[in-house]
Amino acid sequence: MSLLTVIGVLPLIGAIILAVVPSKNSELIKKFALGVTLIVAVISILLATGFDKADTKMQYVQSNSWISSFNINYAVGIDGISLVLILLATILLPIVVLATWNESDSGRWGVKSFYVLILALETLMIGVFAATDLFLFYVFFEAMLIPIYFLIGGYGSGNRSAAAIKFLLYSLFGGLLMLASIIGIYVISGNQIGATFDLAQLAILEIDNQTENFLFLGFFIAFAIKAPLWPFHTWLPDAAKSATPGTSVLLLGVLDKVGTYGMIRFCIELFPDASKTFTPLIITLAVISIIYGAFMAIGQSDIKGLIAFTSISHFGFITMGIFAMTSQGMSGANLYMVNHGFSTAALFLIAGWMMARRGSSTISDFGGLQRVTPVMAWTFFIAGMSGLALPGLSSFVSEFLVLVGTYTRYPVAAVIGTLGIVLAALYILIPVQKALQGPTTPGNENLKDLNIREKIAIAPVILVIVIMGFYPKPVLDVINPTSAQVVTNAGFTDPLAQVSK
Amino acid sequence: MLTAPSLSYSLLAPMLIVFGGAVAGVLVEAFLAKTHRAAVQLTISLGALLLALQQLWRIRDLSSTTAAVNSVAIDKAGIFLQATVVLLALVAVLLIADQDNFVAQASAVPGSSEEINTLQQKSQQTEIFPLFLFAVGGMMLFPVATDLITLFVALEVFSLPLYLLAGLSRRKRLLSQEAALKYFLLGAYASAFFLFGAAFLYGYAGTISLSGISAAFGTANEVFLLIGIVFLSVGLLFKISAVPFHSWTPDVYQGAPTPITAFMAACTKVAAFGAILRIFYVGFAQSQTLWQPIITVIAILTMIFGSIVAITQRDIKRMLAYSSIAHAGFLLSGVVALNKDGLAASLFYLFTYGFTTLAAFGIIGLVKDSAGEVTDLNRWIGLGKKSPLVAGVFAFLLLSFAGIPLTSGFIAKFAIFSAAYKSGNIALVVVGVLASAIAAFFYIRVIIMIFFTDPVNDSVSVIIPSVKSRISITIATLISIILGLAPSLLLNGADNFANFLR
Repeated sequence: MSLLTVIGVLPLIGAIILAVVPSKNSELIKKFALGVTLIVAVISILLATGFDKADTKMQYVQSNSWISSFNINYAVGIDGISLVLILLATILLPIVVLATWNESDSGRWGVKSFYVLILALETLMIGVFAATDLFLFYVFFEAMLIPIYFLIGGYGSGNRSAAAIKFLLYSLFGGLLMLASIIGIYVISGNQIGATFDLAQLAILEIDNQTENFLFLGFFIAFAIKAPLWPFHTWLPDAAKSATPGTSVLLLGVLDKVGTYGMIRFCIELFPDASKTFTPLIITLAVISIIYGAFMAIGQSDIKGLIAFTSISHFGFITMGIFAMTSQGMSGANLYMVNHGFSTAALFLIAGWMMARRGSSTISDFGGLQRVTPVMAWTFFIAGMSGLALPGLSSFVSEFLVLVGTYTRYPVAAVIGTLGIVLAALYILIPVQKALQGPTTPGNENLKDLNIREKIAIAPVILVIVIMGFYPKPVLDVINPTSAQVVTNAGFTDPLAQVSK
Repeated sequence: MLTAPSLSYSLLAPMLIVFGGAVAGVLVEAFLAKTHRAAVQLTISLGALLLALQQLWRIRDLSSTTAAVNSVAIDKAGIFLQATVVLLALVAVLLIADQDNFVAQASAVPGSSEEINTLQQKSQQTEIFPLFLFAVGGMMLFPVATDLITLFVALEVFSLPLYLLAGLSRRKRLLSQEAALKYFLLGAYASAFFLFGAAFLYGYAGTISLSGISAAFGTANEVFLLIGIVFLSVGLLFKISAVPFHSWTPDVYQGAPTPITAFMAACTKVAAFGAILRIFYVGFAQSQTLWQPIITVIAILTMIFGSIVAITQRDIKRMLAYSSIAHAGFLLSGVVALNKDGLAASLFYLFTYGFTTLAAFGIIGLVKDSAGEVTDLNRWIGLGKKSPLVAGVFAFLLLSFAGIPLTSGFIAKFAIFSAAYKSGNIALVVVGVLASAIAAFFYIRVIIMIFFTDPVNDSVSVIIPSVKSRISITIATLISIILGLAPSLLLNGADNFANFLR
């Protein structure tokens, strides 16, 4: 059994134990969940240390027959891209559990169900990034919706059930389109090389252009909804506003990455020709997302809505980097996924604490927090600066790589994309000024600063943001070979830098 | 001079046992004292079904087209379908055995003093058991019949008891009787269409056997073949409630006693689809260019219509009726596929759908207030809070209907759509997944009502089920869960058994 399977199964076992053991002691349940996620995080770091960076093949592979009549296997394995995303998930989870200790108390079904759902979700998140069998991936991809749906609908606030169903229906719709494409490619493989769902084998199929375009669209729309890319994004702000901060971190920080990850792993690797055909359209959508998300973020009065729209802008950058089809763009996009995960986590978690203390999510209700709660204010400030890609913080490196990678092939898109950075300064600095600086708004005088649990939870996130800003090499070393491989496999070579004479 | 036909009793044993059990049940009604009947009848039904199952296992590798003088084909697919019907019936009979759902005396006028008397005497309607066994017997015969007359006889044998059973609901008697009458009248029309089509096919081929009709292809005027196929299909499509022959379904599902609805929804589908598969795969395979466009259009209409109309339903039984219409559309794509994968996928689909349906209706029978079952969806609101386990199981079953991965419904849908894609019916696949997306909406809406909305009405509660119902619902649910996680257990079997003798 591969170590990968161990990591994947552990949270599920934890969830089952939690579900079965009758305990009403919510402190104990929380500690148990924290323990399980911590163990998983530690093992996943072991996994990373055993990973051979230079090798672009799948590692830690395991394959067992699952449904033999369709040649469906439980097949897992990781390359650089999936490794960093799995690490992102496993490291964020204990942080989320610790940071949102009291989030589940006011839910509809109590503390226990909350952590059962969270642990089950962790298994599915690891599975979705580790699967190398298309069918297995699809199963994780769709099954993941159910715990998130219950987490939003059962523990969120505001119009939570409407937001939950909107999220679920959008995702299901995309998923079912993808299912049609999966059936298509499965049948084609049956005609050519014997029916299979193995990704490596599916990648070598010869598919005629028209069919390939349709199959590509089935996958792409599903991932564009998930990512989310304009114009498929409308579910995200509602979901992010209604979900608890912890759920939002998992939703935006990890789950939405499945969309951009899927674009690389499935759209580009399985359908390189169709990817080429659609690249101009997709780059256009990405640029629109960047600018649209930024403008919408500037207009937000709700702090959760603000973070949601900044994410739409950032996902625009990631998508642009992916479809620029250069090794820098691809590496940058991959790094961006990780960095966005951490900076969004920081923003949402701290915003969650601010809201819990103030009892409001409207930005103008805050003010002068720096005087009252300096630690909370400064951590939020750093997270915000990372969001606007300040040099020295993690997002800068990835945004720079994406823009450089895009510029060599699509200069116009890169230039317009740069405008997004300028707008980012606006959408981050205005709320920072309103909420953190200036005179203390009446009603905020007695807010408490972060307690020790919250400080412990947020410290690693801030640490990652700062370290990755100065020294992204360890992560880039893992990402670069695989990213270059993806671009080469898709039949692209990096354009030579244009030197003006 | 007439010679006695030679019958292969050994191969017909499963059916003979069930019919024999039914006849024995009638005798019990006539001769046994009232107080003992219920227990004896249940024992006979269970015994007959178990014995039939054992006999099916014994003949699982045998096959013959002459088991009953060229009228019945015992083959792999036939045995699989018969076994599916028997297994579903075994689970269903435990639901039916909860006699609280049935009227005490069917002939009494609703609300009359006669009825009140019989209720006070606690007299029970035990004819339901022989009626049920006759229906099961007919359902076993329908998918193995290979000539048009035997098909017609089987159709009537399982339909007539169902018409009666549908009218036996203890509560909402008028609704139940109305449903029975509608079902009977429309069913009679459909049967007439079936006979009319059979006559045309006989005129075309000069024979009533399916293989004879297949062999006659190309020798006579195809117009008669087409007319025959169309009218025969009307009769068959009525039974599986395909659009536009579906209009009886919601009324009957709603009006019939819930255990009967469960039995009907699960087993009629298996029997009728079994017969359709045999008729089209064996009898009309040569003439596929004639009928495939028609059935494709009907499949598309059925999927879309069922899914969209289900959204507007406010009654859980009516909603599941429209859902069963949508599923009939999905199943029709297995008929259109006309390849071995299509047959195997259909077999798997029918099996899993049957058990999920049984469990779902079993649970609907548990939600009651003082006046009986509560099927109004608005009163299901907040059920998750009152009884989380029952609500959770029901939610799982709905997700299985919707075809969410890790449920048996998903594997079934995947199998049937990939068979359709393989046969080149890509339009059917695309419409199928879109209809599934629409369908997901109304299943999930029920989950929202159950879990995400606070209860307002306190009079509705989930009764504690009797042991029999509990066993039945548990088995059906477990089968649904297991086949979602380890579908190979049945898929390999369905693959091996996907074979019609021609």
